[in-house]
Amino acid sequence: MAFSRSQGIDKVYTNKYKWVKARESIAEKALFLCALVSVLALALITAYIFIKGTPIIFKTGLSDFIFNKNWSPDPANAEPSFGILPMILASLFATIGSVTAGSFIGIFTAVFLVEIAPTFFVKILKPSIELLAGIPSVVFGFFGLVVIVPLIREHFGPPGNSLLAVIIILTFMILPTIINISQTAIKAVPAEFKEGSLALGASHIQTIFKVILPAAKSGILAAVVLGMGRAIGETMAVILVAGNSTLMPKSLLSPVRTLTANIALEMGYAFGDHENALFATGVILFIFIMLINILFSTLVNKAGGYNEK
Amino acid sequence: MKNKNRLGDNFLKAIIWMLSFITIGFLIWILLYIFIKGLPHISLRFLTSPNNSKNDGIFPMIYNTFFIVLASLAISVPLGIGAAIYLVEYSKPSKTIKVIKAVRFAVETLSGIPSILFGLFGLIFFVTILKFGFSILAGALTLSIMVLPTIIRTTEEALKSVPDSYREGSFALGATKLITIKKIILPSAIPGILTAVILSIGRIVGETAAVYLTAGTGRNIASGFMDSGRTLSVHLYILAKEGISFDKAYATAAVLIIIIAIINMTASGLATRMKK
Repeated sequence: MAFSRSQGIDKVYTNKYKWVKARESIAEKALFLCALVSVLALALITAYIFIKGTPIIFKTGLSDFIFNKNWSPDPANAEPSFGILPMILASLFATIGSVTAGSFIGIFTAVFLVEIAPTFFVKILKPSIELLAGIPSVVFGFFGLVVIVPLIREHFGPPGNSLLAVIIILTFMILPTIINISQTAIKAVPAEFKEGSLALGASHIQTIFKVILPAAKSGILAAVVLGMGRAIGETMAVILVAGNSTLMPKSLLSPVRTLTANIALEMGYAFGDHENALFATGVILFIFIMLINILFSTLVNKAGGYNEK
Repeated sequence: MKNKNRLGDNFLKAIIWMLSFITIGFLIWILLYIFIKGLPHISLRFLTSPNNSKNDGIFPMIYNTFFIVLASLAISVPLGIGAAIYLVEYSKPSKTIKVIKAVRFAVETLSGIPSILFGLFGLIFFVTILKFGFSILAGALTLSIMVLPTIIRTTEEALKSVPDSYREGSFALGATKLITIKKIILPSAIPGILTAVILSIGRIVGETAAVYLTAGTGRNIASGFMDSGRTLSVHLYILAKEGISFDKAYATAAVLIIIIAIINMTASGLATRMKK
């Protein structure tokens, strides 16, 4: 009697246990699938852009695609030419220019925030940087179009839409990124370093430049590289101020077209080889981004992890 | 010698102060300029009237922006939170290390991909191959992939900050892992998760390139998921690019900045509450 009763309870328990176990394992599998979505998405993006883009590169020849200066992709032409050298150079110049200026301003601002600024000033500066980071890129571009471009036109001559305008706009767009990550790096420098330096009689400024900044080097470089990625990838803001000429960039004042702008400007009406050539432009951009990503993760590992907030 | 040093120090200090003022100065410049030129053109009529040959209001764009934000979040938030839970709660170092590594690599890489490439992918995959056409659905799917890294990372941080003693306490009381996650971990991580959501809203509202290539530029209220509709950012881009009306462009830019400022304040409010 007692025997069978306990057997019944066992059965109930076993059933319930089985159900609980099944629920747990279903949940784990579902969550696992959620985690796989980003892997799948990355694979799909890479695959589709490369599948659409690479055939035309091989058709025209890689070196012709990259080093040809002539972009006249209209299929109506007897011999359409797909050379993106002007766009590659424009993207590189714009990125180098804005990252140089942005790093210079950004790193010093980060130093200011962590080491020098009085508390009330930090309270103003921090939300300002957050707001600057949040302003949509198209608003930056619009501001560039109505303010920066006319200023350049007035002071340096027409057309105003130029590489210089792109660099100025990009500099301010990547500033929040550079400031935030450098700031994290500077904060992560152990207080003992600073105390030791001060105890040896170095001034505060000497300590900043000789001890704190060198110690935060990897993190700061990571900030610069991340800024690089943002600058090379920016599209709409750049289109509004760049002038978008497909000629080779000759000076800071010549109108230019970046890789990103090339894609966005012509995607609307392109078909056939022309459309494929735009995807090929995407492939080149993708490769640049990959190189930047690899550089970034190497630096972050060196700096011992980071937190973008 | 000492005097010379002090002179150098002060000089450098002055430069640091100056450069910091550039950042804040630029922000003030851009805000003042857009608001002074834009605010006078914002009226109730501008905000509530349609955009066609007779009217140039931005009501459809505001509506489409909200529509695409909600649609993107509906897709990306469950997926992102699910992924973060898996990464933090279920990753057993020995068993699934390869998968975890792959996921982390994907998240990191995705967060570095520029929006124009997401747009390009959305255009070929969602718009063309899956035949969604230029539509809210294609736009929302593309944007979901774009904001996924933000949601996963921020949620991960939130989950990690839940003390282990909470988990241990729950297990000790006999709760299973799933129950612990549902009843203990997620509720304690909610402010962090909300921050992730708000950050994503900001990115979606501000995004132009990816939306332009996938949701199209329809100027009416999107009637459904399969209808094209331009968001506020795309509208501003078109106004500025075509030089249609700079007054309306200023006003649209001002509306965008106000929306972003509200989103930011909500996010930082939450962040401070989290710290407490």
